[in-house]
Amino acid sequence: MNWASWGDFWNMGGYGLYVWGSYAVTLVCVFAEVVSVRRQFSGQMVRLLRVRRATVRGAGNETET
Amino acid sequence: MLNILLAVIRRDLLLAWRRRTDVFTTLVFFVIVASLFPLGVGPEANLLRTMAPGVLWVSALLATLLSVTRLFAADYADGTLEQMLLSTEPLPLIVLGKVSAYWLVTGLPLVLLAPLLGVQFDLPQGAIGVLSLSLALGTPALSLLGGIGAALTLGLRGGGVLLALLILPLYVPILIFGAGAVGADAAGLGAGAHLLLLGASFLSALAISPWATAAALRIAME
Amino acid sequence: MPQTDSMNSSVKAVSDKLSAAPGGINWFKYASPQTFYPLAGRLIPLFAWPALLLFAVGLYVSFFVAPTDATQGDSYRIIFIHVPAAWMSMIIYLAMAFWCALGMIFNTRLSFMMSQALAPTGAIWTFLALWTGALWGKPTWGAWWVWDARLTSELILLFLYLGYMALVAAMDDPRRADRAGAVVAIVGAINVPIIYFSVKWWNTLHQGASVSMTSAPKMASIMLMGMLIMALAAWAYSIAVVLVRVRAIMLERERNTDWVAQMLENRP
Repeated sequence: MNWASWGDFWNMGGYGLYVWGSYAVTLVCVFAEVVSVRRQFSGQMVRLLRVRRATVRGAGNETET
Repeated sequence: MLNILLAVIRRDLLLAWRRRTDVFTTLVFFVIVASLFPLGVGPEANLLRTMAPGVLWVSALLATLLSVTRLFAADYADGTLEQMLLSTEPLPLIVLGKVSAYWLVTGLPLVLLAPLLGVQFDLPQGAIGVLSLSLALGTPALSLLGGIGAALTLGLRGGGVLLALLILPLYVPILIFGAGAVGADAAGLGAGAHLLLLGASFLSALAISPWATAAALRIAME
Repeated sequence: MPQTDSMNSSVKAVSDKLSAAPGGINWFKYASPQTFYPLAGRLIPLFAWPALLLFAVGLYVSFFVAPTDATQGDSYRIIFIHVPAAWMSMIIYLAMAFWCALGMIFNTRLSFMMSQALAPTGAIWTFLALWTGALWGKPTWGAWWVWDARLTSELILLFLYLGYMALVAAMDDPRRADRAGAVVAIVGAINVPIIYFSVKWWNTLHQGASVSMTSAPKMASIMLMGMLIMALAAWAYSIAVVLVRVRAIMLERERNTDWVAQMLENRP
């Protein structure tokens, strides 16, 4: 173990700002990318399903004269 | 083959002659940008002398970038480019001809004007000579690489800025060797190595660009 | 360590699947969006969970196992992100250029979709390499930005990524976007070593005794181990994220095809 206490851990020997600045931004970027990419996929899926529902409904209406 | 090359060059030179103002605006841009730097950092001679190689090279670079969109724009607009793509002559050759004419009209004037600006920045005599030589070797490479960007962004909205974003990273080595040559000479270290690398950059640009530009033109015109 | 039967069979299952994927014996079986889409879906968890695990292990090693450095104190721990990020930024650019080249040679639209899926992830890693490089440089060299060869090359690499993404986004015709982007990526890839060399040249000439980001603490093996674990985590994560993105791109570009319609039918 490197750290005598939690205080030491967050302080990182005086370099806390730099170390945590790096790790925090990395986590933010990773999180943001995962969220963004999943939303991109589900957004496409939702859009396609909506179009399909509309065309199916439209085709259904056409046959009901 | 030489006939085609010369024919293309002759045509482009003739067209450029008819639109002489375009050439002058590029030159004036070069001078203005180079003059902006002293206005920005102050007239202190030592600072300007140290800055001069970089400033003059960046100005030449930006002037080239700004005008390279002209390379294919006119031909694209009036349908000549399509004819060039359909011709039986190798497209890279036609591209080489156009880029050569473009350099004669844009790059060469920069090379000839640079000594004047070098004096403005109080560069020593020898360094001015190296400046001209480095620009003479470098601006053809800039034109060749610029051609790739011009072909890729043909007809796109926001094309000019996009072209800059695409091509500037490729310009970095040429800038480093070119400005470095002048700086090295001014520092008394000898510009030989830089100029050799610059020459190598020009040759590799010559080897790659016409084909990449031709490919980009075909993609743009599909 | 002794391998159990279940480990053998699961390894075989994975390798069977991989040998059928692009890179295996049947080169073109998964080269169409139709076949690759479900494969990608199955592969995502295979990379995502290991990525999470490796990342957790890597974090543990970087904070609790690797000792404090004599010269740099605890600020050196940034390299556990900085170096893997830089590696990923370069690997992904090469992968991007590779897929572009494949697409130009074989005229497979999936290849172009792959390279377009790779670009944003690569750009993010490049940004992280620059960000962590700056945060490491400040305590170590006293300035937020040092124009050393590695950082400057990373900056130019970021421009190359952004240029590719901007060009592809600027074109409405997907086919033109694919191919124009491919030219940019390939020309860029050819230039990367030239750019790196020229920037190194520029740096050594102008700074003499160069401040080098590579003169990190002498790599105690545990530090190297931590870096490698984080690098593997980054690699697995990138693959998972890129696979999700490429599936989204496939859905968008192939929305009018039969296989997409069929797939939507089969969904609940």
